[in-house]
Amino acid sequence: MSWFEDLKIGETRDLGTYTFTEENITRFARSFDPQPFHLSDAAARETHFGALCASGWHTAAVWMKLLVASVKAEAERTGEPSRFGPSPGFSDLKWIRPVFAGDTIRYTSRLVDRMPLKTRPAWGLAVHENEGINQDGVTVFSFTGKVLVARRPGTEG
Amino acid sequence: MSEFRYFEDFHPGETLSLGSKTVSRDEIVAFAAEFDPQPFHLDEEAGAASLLGGLAASGWHTASMLMRLLCDNLLLASSCKGSPGVEDLRWMRPVHPGDRLTASADVVSARPLTSRPDLGIVQFVFTLTNQDNIAVMSEKSAILFERREAGR
Repeated sequence: MSWFEDLKIGETRDLGTYTFTEENITRFARSFDPQPFHLSDAAARETHFGALCASGWHTAAVWMKLLVASVKAEAERTGEPSRFGPSPGFSDLKWIRPVFAGDTIRYTSRLVDRMPLKTRPAWGLAVHENEGINQDGVTVFSFTGKVLVARRPGTEG
Repeated sequence: MSEFRYFEDFHPGETLSLGSKTVSRDEIVAFAAEFDPQPFHLDEEAGAASLLGGLAASGWHTASMLMRLLCDNLLLASSCKGSPGVEDLRWMRPVHPGDRLTASADVVSARPLTSRPDLGIVQFVFTLTNQDNIAVMSEKSAILFERREAGR
């Protein structure tokens, strides 16, 4: 993938889709978020959600899953490895609508800013706005992420 | 676990203990294999060569582990009605195999919802610290709770 210097502000990456199922929703929830509305459809029907829905952290983790897959596919296509480092965090994460069993979510990631890092001259910080949209075209999830991206050797500083 | 909490039972300024958990290598690798298969979350050598300084948990795994502690020590005995989102989350230090994480929640504010008189919204700052008492993650987020009178 691109070095930090090659990242284009405004460019959107289509990360593809993921279908949430009763199996994958309840498996994630049993490990990390065992609230009744994430564990069984019968229990969820007794709650305000009305049907089995995914943990918000499951919805978020799938964004990461699809981003990594997208970067890996790009690396295989171009022969250039991933230039991503770790992330310092994110902001404005919104679980806008529930993600129900059977929903297929398309995720996208758009680069909105990039800045060199004074403290780490070999790295820059990329800021990206991300969305998940369901099969009805409704945005169910969004957040603004940050990630370190390696600078092209010779451009540091 | 303490007694069942409704919206009215959260008081700005109080700090709630959410328990502790030791993170295993197998858990780190299993989460990463499914959701974040970057080399530094899967492999010791790749971790050591990265900014993380050793095999380290996916940040989304760390956030999910906090969610589990929050469920076990608060939400499962509460009138929780979900969360609209996370205002800010910071991954401050890597989480390595064997680390023991302790979670706490500072109650920042609690206000009734005008649009939904049966609900209130509570703003928290959650902190995860490791065995050396160093904060590894902080999260500012809101959770909806049913009000006590609405629960009857």
